[in-house]
Amino acid sequence: MDRFLFLTIDGLASGAVYAVFALSLVLIWRAARIVNFAQGAISVAAAYVAWSVGTHVGGWWLGLALAPLVGAALGVGLQRTALRRLGPDRHLEAMIVALGVVMVVQAVLGMVYGLQYEPMATPVSDDVLVVGGVSTTSPYRLLVVAVAASLVVAVALLFARTRLGLRLRAAATAAEIARLSGISVARMTTIAWGLATGLAAFAAMLVLPTGLGLTPTAMDGVFITAFTATVLGGLDSPLGAVLGGLAVGLVLDYATGYASDPNLAPLAVLGLLLAVLLVRPRGIFSPGPARRV
Amino acid sequence: MAGPQRSGRGAGPQRSGREAGPERSGRGAGPQRSGRGSGPAVGTGNTLARHTGLAAAVVAVGVGLSYALPSSRLFGFSQFVAYLAAVAGLTVLIGLSGQLSIGHAGLMAVGGYAMALTQNLLYDQGFTVAPAPGTSRVFAAVAEPTAAPWTLPISLLAGVLAALAVGGVLALATAALRGPYLAGLTLAFGLVVVPASAVISPLRGEQGLRVRVPRMPDGLGPAVGETRWRAWVALVATAVVLLLLANLVRGRLGRNLRAVRDDEVAAALCGIPVARTRVLAFVVSAGTAGMAGGVYVYLTSTVLPGYFGLSLSLFLLVAVVLGGSGGLAGAAWGTLFIVAVPIATTEVVGGLHVGPVLAARLAGNLPLALLGLALVVVALARLRDHAAVRRFVGRRRGEVSEARDDTGSARPAHGIRQ
Repeated sequence: MDRFLFLTIDGLASGAVYAVFALSLVLIWRAARIVNFAQGAISVAAAYVAWSVGTHVGGWWLGLALAPLVGAALGVGLQRTALRRLGPDRHLEAMIVALGVVMVVQAVLGMVYGLQYEPMATPVSDDVLVVGGVSTTSPYRLLVVAVAASLVVAVALLFARTRLGLRLRAAATAAEIARLSGISVARMTTIAWGLATGLAAFAAMLVLPTGLGLTPTAMDGVFITAFTATVLGGLDSPLGAVLGGLAVGLVLDYATGYASDPNLAPLAVLGLLLAVLLVRPRGIFSPGPARRV
Repeated sequence: MAGPQRSGRGAGPQRSGREAGPERSGRGAGPQRSGRGSGPAVGTGNTLARHTGLAAAVVAVGVGLSYALPSSRLFGFSQFVAYLAAVAGLTVLIGLSGQLSIGHAGLMAVGGYAMALTQNLLYDQGFTVAPAPGTSRVFAAVAEPTAAPWTLPISLLAGVLAALAVGGVLALATAALRGPYLAGLTLAFGLVVVPASAVISPLRGEQGLRVRVPRMPDGLGPAVGETRWRAWVALVATAVVLLLLANLVRGRLGRNLRAVRDDEVAAALCGIPVARTRVLAFVVSAGTAGMAGGVYVYLTSTVLPGYFGLSLSLFLLVAVVLGGSGGLAGAAWGTLFIVAVPIATTEVVGGLHVGPVLAARLAGNLPLALLGLALVVVALARLRDHAAVRRFVGRRRGEVSEARDDTGSARPAHGIRQ
């Protein structure tokens, strides 16, 4: 029972990060109708920059503040220079371009920093607190949950309560009408990209210190886990992404925690993704069938 | 030469299936444009015979090349031949069906491991031949029996079958969906190779397996040599794959694929089973990857999870895109790229006067950077417009549908579809 409690709290903590990353994938999906396969690589690149600055200049917090900016800059750059040229219905090519960007980013990181594992320090202790004889969780994981929750709330408020959020939603759901109302859909798409990749970089900064460490491919697993979460929640649904992220975090923690084999995590992700696609491919929270053409 | 002939018979039904297809063509107004439209241009000769001849010619040219190339390049050549099968299959998947797989190295791993396990099983069952006396090798004193020659086709076939089965599961899970689902699922699949090899204990994790493959027939002697012999075996295996693929692409499956890719609704209205056609394309390409993996394992006599990492999947994708989707000859150019660029980079970096750390970093990452850059540039220049190759070879096939694609208007909008 103690173990169950521990794994549940731990699963929710890692699920919170998957939720943020999944949310970032959904933002781009809604805006541009593509899944950004470069999201993981971009967030790692941002994390490397933040880590360099953090270790040489000062502290994890500066890095945490810097990473989203770098991530957003990279995302906007990718969208403005490459993907926008492809036109709206070239999804296959867009995926291929994103994969090319993955290769280039990982190669450049490998050349600059090397392929070795760089441990990332945490700002507060990652040692598990024992409360009344029961292992609960570490201060760092609590911090992660708090930051992730506030990010999700901030995104929700942005989309629900601000003019920019309204424009973003309009551009994503009804581009033609939005354009007629004087909204620059292209600019909104770019902003959505910047928001999303910034968010992904944030998620990378939160998750990398918890055992993953920095390598150019460190976020590959997180990316595919978050992708599974978005499919589980429905690619179109931000709420689904958040709940899907938490659910996937729990499932993975139970799967790897009880068997005590970290190698099972990717296998569990694959199994989960297969199961979701076979049972409920549109996701649990998807708002009805998508448009059929 | 036994290989192509055997497969020729195997491809027969497919061919006759197309011959027997006029009752379909009445319904198939859509596919007629792309598939049938190119049919008469191919000529009225026997396609199967022509393809078999071409395959035999490919093997002959390959054998010639194996003598023309310096012996240090022989393994690179074999690698090229092995990868070519996978790239050709992936070309059919991406170019003809418009589906994206980022996990073909994972399917190669399935083929490679299944081949290795089968081969070792047969060896342990005692299907061996004693080493001939007099052909003393380095360790002649402890000469072990080697696997019987006939075990190799069996184990390669086992690899193909395993990849077909796994590919079938992956394809069925996404059969009803368009968009990023197959790409994401295959990526997830490609990422489990290393952990799966650690979890499944007979695969022995990172240290891999030694595979008891048959050796060169003793009669051939030093004029051939083991490495060159293995290149020949790889050539025959790949020629069989290409032959089968060429027949499939020219047959009903290819026609249906083009129809589904160009306009799904029209294809469905013509009575083409859209989901089944897509699944079939993926399964076929999975089979070719299985063969490529098995052949690669045969070439190296070992199987390691590191052979089949995510970067190999991405390299295969680069080969397809650089080669220009749709053509099997383009696949050869693309494969040449992904094999030659890493070799060339290693040699160039080796000639630079830089520190060992930097040299290692460059050698390990430059190919990835160059090929990734090429992927971005070529994909931006519009996948199908590219490939000077197709000006030479691609004209004969799918011209109409390609032209149509470039308008961009014919592609169905994105979204989840049932």
